[in-house]
Amino acid sequence: MENKRKKFLSGGLGQLTIPLIAIAILVIFNLIRDPGFFGIGISHNNDGNAVLSGNIITIINGASELAILAMGMTIVTAACGGQDISVGAAAAIAGSVFVKVLKSGSSISVGTVLLAFAFSCVVAMIFGAFNGSLVAIFRIQPMIATLILYTCGRSIAYWINGGATPTVDSSIIKAIGGFIPGIPVPTPVFIVLLMAILFKLLFRFTSLELFTQSVGINGAAARLNGINPTLIKLVSFIILGVCVSVSGCIGVSRLGLINHETLLLDIEMDAILAVAIGGNNLGGGKFRISGSIIGAYVIQMLTITLYAMKVPSTDVKAYKAIVIILLVVIGSPVVKARFSKLMARISENWKKATVKGAEE
Amino acid sequence: MRKFRSLLLVGLLVVSCLFVLTACGKDEGDGKIKVGVVNNPPSESGYREANVKDMEKVFSEANGYELKTFYSDKNDAQLQAAKGFITDGVDYLLISAAETTGWDDVLKEAKDAGVKVYLFDRKIAVDESLYEAAVVSDMAKEGDTAVNWLLSLNLPEYKVIHIQGAMGSDAQIGRTGALDAQFASGKMTKIVQQTAGWDEAEAKKIVESVINSGEDFNVIYAENDGMARGAVAALDEAGITHGVDGKVVIIGFDCNKWALRELLAKKWNYDGQCSPFQAQIISDLIKSGKSPANKMIINEEKGFDAKTITQGDIDTYGLGD
Amino acid sequence: MQEECLLTMRQIDKKFPGVHALNNVDFTLRKGEIHALMGENGAGKSTLIKVLTGVYPMDGGEIKLEGQRVLIHSPQDAQNAGISTVYQEITLCPNLTVAENMFIGRSGVVIRRKEYEKRADEILSRLGIPARSTQLLGKCSLAIQQMVAIARAVDMKCKVLILDEPTSSLDDKEVQMLFSLMRDLKSQGVGIIFVTHFLEQVYEVSDRITVLRNGELVGEYLTEELPQVQLVSRMIGKELEELSNLGETEEKQDEEKEVFYEAKNLSSSDALPFDFTIRKGEVNGFTGLLGSGRSESVRAIFGADKVTGGTVTIKDKRVKITRPVEAMRNGIGYLAEDRKRDGIIAELSVRENIILALQVMNGVFKPISRSESEAFADEYIKVLNIKTASRETPVGSLSGGNQQKVILARWLLTHPDYLILDEPTRGIDVGTKLEIQKLVLKLAEEGMSITFISSEVEEMLRTCSRLIVMRDRHIVGELTGNDLNQTQVMKTIAGGEA
Repeated sequence: MENKRKKFLSGGLGQLTIPLIAIAILVIFNLIRDPGFFGIGISHNNDGNAVLSGNIITIINGASELAILAMGMTIVTAACGGQDISVGAAAAIAGSVFVKVLKSGSSISVGTVLLAFAFSCVVAMIFGAFNGSLVAIFRIQPMIATLILYTCGRSIAYWINGGATPTVDSSIIKAIGGFIPGIPVPTPVFIVLLMAILFKLLFRFTSLELFTQSVGINGAAARLNGINPTLIKLVSFIILGVCVSVSGCIGVSRLGLINHETLLLDIEMDAILAVAIGGNNLGGGKFRISGSIIGAYVIQMLTITLYAMKVPSTDVKAYKAIVIILLVVIGSPVVKARFSKLMARISENWKKATVKGAEE
Repeated sequence: MRKFRSLLLVGLLVVSCLFVLTACGKDEGDGKIKVGVVNNPPSESGYREANVKDMEKVFSEANGYELKTFYSDKNDAQLQAAKGFITDGVDYLLISAAETTGWDDVLKEAKDAGVKVYLFDRKIAVDESLYEAAVVSDMAKEGDTAVNWLLSLNLPEYKVIHIQGAMGSDAQIGRTGALDAQFASGKMTKIVQQTAGWDEAEAKKIVESVINSGEDFNVIYAENDGMARGAVAALDEAGITHGVDGKVVIIGFDCNKWALRELLAKKWNYDGQCSPFQAQIISDLIKSGKSPANKMIINEEKGFDAKTITQGDIDTYGLGD
Repeated sequence: MQEECLLTMRQIDKKFPGVHALNNVDFTLRKGEIHALMGENGAGKSTLIKVLTGVYPMDGGEIKLEGQRVLIHSPQDAQNAGISTVYQEITLCPNLTVAENMFIGRSGVVIRRKEYEKRADEILSRLGIPARSTQLLGKCSLAIQQMVAIARAVDMKCKVLILDEPTSSLDDKEVQMLFSLMRDLKSQGVGIIFVTHFLEQVYEVSDRITVLRNGELVGEYLTEELPQVQLVSRMIGKELEELSNLGETEEKQDEEKEVFYEAKNLSSSDALPFDFTIRKGEVNGFTGLLGSGRSESVRAIFGADKVTGGTVTIKDKRVKITRPVEAMRNGIGYLAEDRKRDGIIAELSVRENIILALQVMNGVFKPISRSESEAFADEYIKVLNIKTASRETPVGSLSGGNQQKVILARWLLTHPDYLILDEPTRGIDVGTKLEIQKLVLKLAEEGMSITFISSEVEEMLRTCSRLIVMRDRHIVGELTGNDLNQTQVMKTIAGGEA
């Protein structure tokens, strides 16, 4: 009993405490505000498919690109102690390549979609390797190194499709960005699930997790244990490249067109926030992908909650900033230390009170 | 020896001067008409893409033009570029302004420098004497046509999500005006009126926000095709039907081919035409050397209804591919 | 001699959590004297200096400057009192001029450049420093930069000048320049406290030596009256006579065993070329004072620093070791000197720390399964008696000795043929020290080759059958058999006759 309480006070869920508390607060808030918020219904969309609808679905579906980027961002953060701010721009490049390859064929089949994805993936990995080599080999701070691609990425994307915003009309693309006929759950949700499983397998069948954490916590010691920190950092950026490509292609598929200027615009900040909300140390080291995924859903839930409160989409950013400042401050070491001190005092008083009670 | 060297130097100087002179002479003598085009970027929309391509095609070297272009959706950047073109000594300046205001000084500068100005696609709020002609679409008329069509549906109620283009642009002002009149008269209810800056993704967000807020709506009036597409994507994700047999009426503008195909598939209801082909009209005016009697030259445009559109219409009027 | 006392520190006391860093230490500096402050790592030299310069508050004692009691609460106080410090790393700004560096932070808001330059040139020429006031400091050699720092101190009318390891990055000629400047200042009545680990330099320039050991004062000596070997024995902590009486260590027969590792002319970015051999089952050691190059040499063997030359043979086969992972694949393990910086991955668990090296050797695509790694961790926690709440406890929360055992376990798990232990017993309790020494001997008996480094000579004599002695980055001797006693070791370290 005593033990259990201690464990809870010291954060029994460890890293996941903060993001889970955040979700819980949002859920409770919405339940009080409008119990109907969590209703799920079935409706038929234009293609005659029965699909699930409701805010929960919107949250889980809408956070897909963010969740996938947050996974990759977690690895980069862990290995390099810094973040990639070029993911939005890189996704615009990946999406442009995706559409370019799709449009180069006469018709769109599953094969061409896979080919286009493969192309976009390779391109995104190359740009990831570019960022990675700036960070790992030339030891440039990640934010500074990725500032380059952040600045020029959308111009490169502009050049790929000659500045146009071509559309792709295909049932396959529609199925990727929306619903597969007969399945009522949006496809991007499955893609997130697939990516999460892939990461799980990656960490299950390689020792990348251990090596990445070692490099992030103590690069010098990792090197003396035979780990090549340069390679690990480079690999982290390449993995992020894959995530960038996947989320870029989802973004394209949702609208059936590529707008290189606005595809996943400003998503880098949300991705970094998802990592932070997930309880991961932005200075690198230990990490939990699951934390970042939950972080992504927290951010999306916040957005949808604000929508539900009739906040216009242009104003959402400002409100979101306030909530996120609160979250990050609560999660900061200063507040954590104060909080644990407070809890210690409370439990001491509690003990005193119970002892007194027993005496009486 | 030294004398020889200095002679050689002088000789070289003379030769290079001659070369420069002949080069200059050639430049002046080849008779190409210098045209500077200040336009919005092609990524803005399918309409703009077609517009930019058309300009580049008509004002080609083969047609006797030397074309300089500048694309931006920032009014300030456009003003700077226009000044630059005037300094470069272009003969004609063609402008599709991001915003209708702020152009007085630049156009006066052009007039003083003897540069003739044509406005295309969008009007600018300046005195008519400052430009030769304005080849434009009547955006207000486009709006009126669309709104009249909407009224002709005789829906029991009109709950409208109004997604606007970049605020302050001629297209936005024109297409918004007609709808605003209806909101004012109370015939239609404004659920949301918000700008998405011509952007598909932002339009999708706006519709998502309305869906999540639980507000009811049955019309989406998007001021271009791309934003209508974003809006429709949001409906599809939420499982809300749209189009001829659906719950929500979809209205777009520009007549991109893909948008007209949506119409033909009855997923959208109406698309207002906005002709991007002003280049030939301007070129004809330049070559004829005459000033038109009426400075306002309006492209004839129409609107398409999903119930009546044909493949032929798509082939004739559709933009892009 | 009736010399004027400039600075007296009496009964200085300083405690850190768990460490009595300074215990009743007295220190006296006279006017016009160069006074060397000596002691091994952890003796309390730097603590004493930090107390004197106000970086640390002292827990007891008093400081008198020219007979007046002074209270020093901050480095600023120290400077105002006339105590200036020049550190090993230059703390000036390389992108400012010499003059700017000399006056930075001392003037008001108004900068009178011309006046400063004039004054700077005056001081520089008075001290004979070959630099111009308008030069960028970064363009000067390290020695000149150091001298500028000294000139700055002199201009601030310092009475006491502290030089903390000033010569460690200078070449011989630069050292001579610095020494002549020091002598110059001495003749002007400045008292200089000179901290260094180069014994020769102490004898060349200092007048007096104060030796500290384990936070206590060993004694104050006139340099000319203290032979070098005596100095070493006082630093390390054994009286010479006592040492001579120590019994001879057991003779070990290593000559017949096969050679496991042999390096010829091995050099790295940090180590001068050296030759080195170790036989199967042999325990040898590198000894020498701190900074003598012993750690740098073993790091070169492991490929921890950039290897720049030399040939290496392992079991009669030529191998190339330029990176740690290559050393590991050749059966070499290395427990680094600085446990915190180069050893533990603090936030990872005991389990993860233990399997790290083995995992690296297995490669990234053959992860050790959870259950397997738990079994490994449990086994070594038991074998090495590691005191930890659980195998999942972050290693950073363990005590120093247990952290060291975790790293030891990490290397033992790779079953190396040759294990390099650099200061495995530093900063850990006596019991654990003995455990580790015993373990080393046991492993050697089982056929493992071990190189053992410790600053405690006694410990090395107990475990090693061969000692390689280094001084000033060179190997100066190799002791085996009967020569393995403290007297001989100290003689060799000091490089003089007893």
